[in-house]
Amino acid sequence: MGLGLASGFSGMVQPAVSAELERRQRQVLLVWLAGGASQLETWDPKPRTDTGGPFRAIETSVPGVRISELLPLTAKQMHRMALVRCVNTKEDDHGKGYYLMHTGRREAPGQEYPHLGSLSAKYLTSEQNPLPGYIHIQPGGGGLSGHEAAFLGPKYGSLVLGNGLAPANTVRAGSLGDAGASEREALRHHLNDRFARRRRTAETDAYTTTYEQALQLMERRHVFDVTKEPARDLDRYGTHDFGRHCLLARRLLESGVTFVKVTHSNYDTHNENFDFHLEQVGELDQSFSALLDDLARSGRLQHTLVIIMSEFGRTPRINQLYGRDHWSAAWSIALAGAGIKPGVVVGRTNANGTAVADGQVHSGHLFHTYLHALGLDPSDTFEANGRAIQVADPSASPIKELLG
Amino acid sequence: MTALPEKTHVVKEFAHTSPLIACRFDPSGRYVFASAEDGTVRRWEMGTSKTGALAGHESWVFALALHPVGEVIITGGGDGQLIWWPASAEEPKPLRRIAAHQGWVRAVAVSPDGSIVASCGNDRVIRLWSFAEGTPLLELAGHEKPVYRLLFTPSGRTLISADLRGLVIEWDYRPGKEARRLDAGKLYQYNGGQGVDYGGVRDISLSRDLKYLACGGLIEASNPLGAVSNPAVVIFDWQTGQETRLLRPREDIKGVVWGLRFHPAGFLIAASGGTAGGFLWFWKPDQVNEFFKLVLPNTARHLDLHPDGDRIATAHHDGKLRVSLMAP
Repeated sequence: MGLGLASGFSGMVQPAVSAELERRQRQVLLVWLAGGASQLETWDPKPRTDTGGPFRAIETSVPGVRISELLPLTAKQMHRMALVRCVNTKEDDHGKGYYLMHTGRREAPGQEYPHLGSLSAKYLTSEQNPLPGYIHIQPGGGGLSGHEAAFLGPKYGSLVLGNGLAPANTVRAGSLGDAGASEREALRHHLNDRFARRRRTAETDAYTTTYEQALQLMERRHVFDVTKEPARDLDRYGTHDFGRHCLLARRLLESGVTFVKVTHSNYDTHNENFDFHLEQVGELDQSFSALLDDLARSGRLQHTLVIIMSEFGRTPRINQLYGRDHWSAAWSIALAGAGIKPGVVVGRTNANGTAVADGQVHSGHLFHTYLHALGLDPSDTFEANGRAIQVADPSASPIKELLG
Repeated sequence: MTALPEKTHVVKEFAHTSPLIACRFDPSGRYVFASAEDGTVRRWEMGTSKTGALAGHESWVFALALHPVGEVIITGGGDGQLIWWPASAEEPKPLRRIAAHQGWVRAVAVSPDGSIVASCGNDRVIRLWSFAEGTPLLELAGHEKPVYRLLFTPSGRTLISADLRGLVIEWDYRPGKEARRLDAGKLYQYNGGQGVDYGGVRDISLSRDLKYLACGGLIEASNPLGAVSNPAVVIFDWQTGQETRLLRPREDIKGVVWGLRFHPAGFLIAASGGTAGGFLWFWKPDQVNEFFKLVLPNTARHLDLHPDGDRIATAHHDGKLRVSLMAP
């Protein structure tokens, strides 16, 4: 391959589960709570303590497991979910925390690691799948984000659907008929092949792949049209942007996209944390609970790993602005679906949430766990720049309590 | 005594171990009450500094209202409850509890004749209750965002409510109808980049002569999640309903107006808090900038005016209830 890379990882799929993978494609839904959602207003409430804030805890469908009252609908789905209440990532910077949670590793000079979405696109997506392996739905702009794939090559980066809209320029010009389009495509192939014989690189591969994906996307543009979903589902998921984006995520998963990430923004609540979480978590609760319920009822949850996480949590201490600041020392994430034991709560924090009291884990443990849940071997290696690099941080291991 | 706002200074501090949220004097001026982040309401006797505690909510208390004759205080909490308490009892115990709202109770008001209690909250409705019986009387629906503030007009015939979006409604509440709407939407914004609603009417006050309605809050919120905004007050001509003035600090001082009261002499007192710290502002309703400001030792979260018209209570994040005197 170009760039001096020879991405190996050929043995990554565990033999014991490869047959299963052939029969049933693993998928991933990542719900990214941008800015750092508060664990105290979601998965690890501490009501009536000095750090607890004004919200109460409520019972869930798992006896004894209580979460924030801001998640009443999700509470009814808890028997399908697992909580990790003992995350200590020791990283309070947005950018570094983002990288850490997506790659399971700290940023290091001169070495980029692929995001989970890119790994999934490369190793869980059939070459015959006409859709991109990694699609990211987010507020704001869209496009391609090849850097997330690191040495896997940019074609495993994410296709970003800004504001949940279909990729730009995916409608063929009206002046171009079927015959003209075919002739143009044949000429492109001819020139492309001639160029590739002499100067093939990862970039030219990515260009070719992107172009072909674009053509396939043009034929499947309807996959991105959430308005084709029943009106009752639009209401059920919520009329806000996040509701529409979650419904689009369901549509993409049903269409066979391997890794779908939905970003909900913004949880960086240094100011008025409680009012903002009231609004944001209210949206999350409505849309996420509907999506999880649909995945479960359709049977898709059995082979779809669901992850809800942020770059970090928020301080137990409430500041003078009724805000909470960045806090990575003791926070929580939630999981569900493929390979994850439902109804499990791993670890705990102390009485007012200022420290992990039991079962501390970091992002490396989480990353190992995701890979295991997807039937991938975290100890397998890439070959990049002539070096063998283990897929997941060799100093970490999976969280066994979570794995079925 | 004639208040001299330019001479205002802090004369007393009452201390609690938890950050304070809201504060209120009783009608006699004997006590000052303040709610705190530990879920309690503290009571201090102004003359003796003797303390008392009202503990009964399962959440923070955002709303405090006293009956006009001062014997009962009604609190509204994040647990959706209203609780009636004996205001001056040695060890106050709840007299009545009502599950009043879904989610937080944001404000409580008692009618001037003491017969009706009004409450509002995150569920966007206003509910009226019999003070004597605690029974529900009426529900007023019209707001589409959480309702932040309530105020009975002095005649007791109408009720004013204000919400997150800056919508102000005057209710002719006995038939349960809207009398009119005012727009304080300058105090609200939706920040598309951060995906959040922000602002709203954080407090309201009617001038004693019924000439002005003041709505306090914030403007120019370039970064809601980072608390970058400026305190502001929208003034309406109460008779015509027309906005007459937007009051704001002379200097660029960041924060939010969390509480305001018209003084009987006609000027407006506001408390602001935020990244720039705590301030007391003194405005004339027909002048854009303040004629005096007092820098407070800590960010302010609410205020009330003593019945004597000379003293101001402010609730602070450092757990202090500060009393400022408008005199040398």
